[in-house]
Amino acid sequence: MIALLIRDLRIATRAGGGAGLGLAFFLMVVVLVPLGVGPETQLLARIAPGILWVGALLACLLTLDRIFALDFEDGTLDALLCAPLPLSGVVLVKSLAHWLVTGLPLTLISPLLGVLLNLPPEGYFWLMASLLPGTLSLSVIGAFGAALTVGVRRGGLLLSLLVLPLYVPTLVFGAECASALMAFKDPLAPFIFLLVITLGSLAFLPMAGAAALRANLR
Amino acid sequence: MSLWEYANPVKFMRLSGAVLPWVSALAAISIVSALYWGFFLTPEDFRQGATVKIIFIHVPAAMLAINAWFMMLLTSLIWVIRRHHVSALAARAAAPIGFVMTLIALITGAVWGQPMWGTWWAWDPRLTSFLILALFYLGYMALWEAVDNPDTAADLTAVLCLVGTVFAVLSRYAVNFWNQGLHQGASIGRVEAVTGADVTEKISNVYFYPLGLSILGFVLLFIALVLLRTRTEIRVRRTSALLARERIG
Repeated sequence: MIALLIRDLRIATRAGGGAGLGLAFFLMVVVLVPLGVGPETQLLARIAPGILWVGALLACLLTLDRIFALDFEDGTLDALLCAPLPLSGVVLVKSLAHWLVTGLPLTLISPLLGVLLNLPPEGYFWLMASLLPGTLSLSVIGAFGAALTVGVRRGGLLLSLLVLPLYVPTLVFGAECASALMAFKDPLAPFIFLLVITLGSLAFLPMAGAAALRANLR
Repeated sequence: MSLWEYANPVKFMRLSGAVLPWVSALAAISIVSALYWGFFLTPEDFRQGATVKIIFIHVPAAMLAINAWFMMLLTSLIWVIRRHHVSALAARAAAPIGFVMTLIALITGAVWGQPMWGTWWAWDPRLTSFLILALFYLGYMALWEAVDNPDTAADLTAVLCLVGTVFAVLSRYAVNFWNQGLHQGASIGRVEAVTGADVTEKISNVYFYPLGLSILGFVLLFIALVLLRTRTEIRVRRTSALLARERIG
């Protein structure tokens, strides 16, 4: 499993591997929104957590089809099916690798972008605290969607259509948690719900993804 | 004699062919009479005027939109566990019907909401969760269409249906959490009102009887449509099998 993780990370960080793609997209969304809605600091501060969350979600969505597509095309996935490793473990490792190259760096630079959006300082902690498990669950749910559509040619649109409704609970609780302080609410309750979703997806979705992969590889 | 005998396509075709005209006729009679009763023979509401009568379409459609998904969940489970093709095809047949019911519920809701709430759309928990449900139906149908191999498609959509159910329920509670308190329950407390749970808002029997008849009619319509579409799917499957055999032979 470790070897697979290292291999995936190495492929992703190679030139043209697409590790920077999600990050660059995230950056662009956050820079473009103030240009679109105007530079009023009050307004920006109020919608900043929402923008950062939606940006993170879209950046994650953009890179999802890379999780399995290349391995499916060159036959690596068939080899992994025969490997002495449960297929759900493969799905889990692949989603972890995806999270390490998109979700984690995205979380780390989010305070910087928060400055751009005039996010008040007390919001940073909960923003990062919600993005950290939140992006992980986005990656795991996305890996499940990618496993469903791996056999479909040009399945990008289909993948987005399938994954978007699955992202709703994560987005709602994550954005709620990140913006709770601004609305003078307790951020702990949505945070716990977010953790529940993340842990639940980590526990069950790799199995569902493995079932989908098996159906696709038959 | 057990239910599982109808997993045999031939037996299913025979039974559904015999039942279908009766169910369709009953559905037509009850919907037409319920709507006539509801639209012309009930008084106008004291506060809502004539707009209250949209309830006779809105509520049955909304109920079916949710229950169609549960029927798909059940048939998907049967496919996953016992691998009966008729079951998978029934799930496939039900999806577009559920989608249309969701759209009807959303549109009639918007038409009612315009004069009553003063807006076509509000990000209210119920409305939002129905929009998400419509997205789930769309994704489910798109996945069926996109995968070439029918068995693979049945497997994949069944997995999607199982996972989707969990996430649909989660979203329902998530949006409740997200927009709690913005809308009071009373204006959307219709379902509680129908079941009589809400005493002050309790719907009067004048509206309740035609509504019950309309719900019955919609359920019968749903059964008829699912049977019809499943029969079509079975015939499509047969035709393609015959064509494939001809090509080989």
